Amino acid sequence: MNERLPAYARSLGIRQHGEESGVPILTVDFARNVEGRPGTFHGGATAGLLENAGYAALRMRLAAEGRDPRLKPINITVQYLAAGRAKPTFALARITRLGRRNANVAVEAWQDERDRPIATAVMNILMA
Amino acid sequence: MADAAQPFDAAKASAFFSKAGHAGWLGLTYSDHGSDWVELELPWREDLLGEEDRLVLASGPIISLMDMASGMAIWQTVQSFTPIATLDLRVDYQRPARERSAVWGRVQCYRTTRSAAFVRGIAHDGDREDPVAHVAGVFMTIARDPRSDKDAADE
Repeated sequence: MNERLPAYARSLGIRQHGEESGVPILTVDFARNVEGRPGTFHGGATAGLLENAGYAALRMRLAAEGRDPRLKPINITVQYLAAGRAKPTFALARITRLGRRNANVAVEAWQDERDRPIATAVMNILMA
Repeated sequence: MADAAQPFDAAKASAFFSKAGHAGWLGLTYSDHGSDWVELELPWREDLLGEEDRLVLASGPIISLMDMASGMAIWQTVQSFTPIATLDLRVDYQRPARERSAVWGRVQCYRTTRSAAFVRGIAHDGDREDPVAHVAGVFMTIARDPRSDKDAADE
């Protein structure tokens, strides 16, 4: 099942790259429109990928539970662990807690090595 | 300027940054600055929407806006274009931006140490008293990139 991504995500070049345990893995190629310091990902582009992976995972879980609420961001905290190099970046989210009104979601982004994340995020998402 | 190394000027530097890379793609433009703060504008654009049925900017581009404004505020404060890397950035969203509205990111660098710079700011859609989001972040100055095995100068 291919996750339907918002305009911003598609415009940035984010697409689905398979899934893991039913959760979509999102990816974005390195290109000029995600570049910050020369040859590296802009922190904002990395955050955009993390955030979209968080929403994609949550929408999929909610769909599985027959729920279709409007999702509103409450906050996001991004930790940058390593510079994102000029190669594809992947992101996968884990829903830490799914409540009735709020979801707490943890996301990791990586490049070559799955167990060496370049950035992580924690998001709180309101379900209205 | 008499010095060989000109002090950083956000207004002039923005003309360069807003042409290249991710910031250029978003169309970020210079809005205003003071001695320790910078404000940039993220124009409204249809392909930056976060939802199908609402004409509201996605939250992702707002993170990019705040990251960029943070960097500029740090360079403006330390008066030089020193390499920096985002370590931690937190955005609290108070409300969606208005439909078809640009968003401005205004960030202050309130403290710098030898290796870190601390920023805080707001995103607003015209009224600074009614922010869309608050942001707080920590950046590292990277004579040597603390997150990397390589010297930043070698990149």
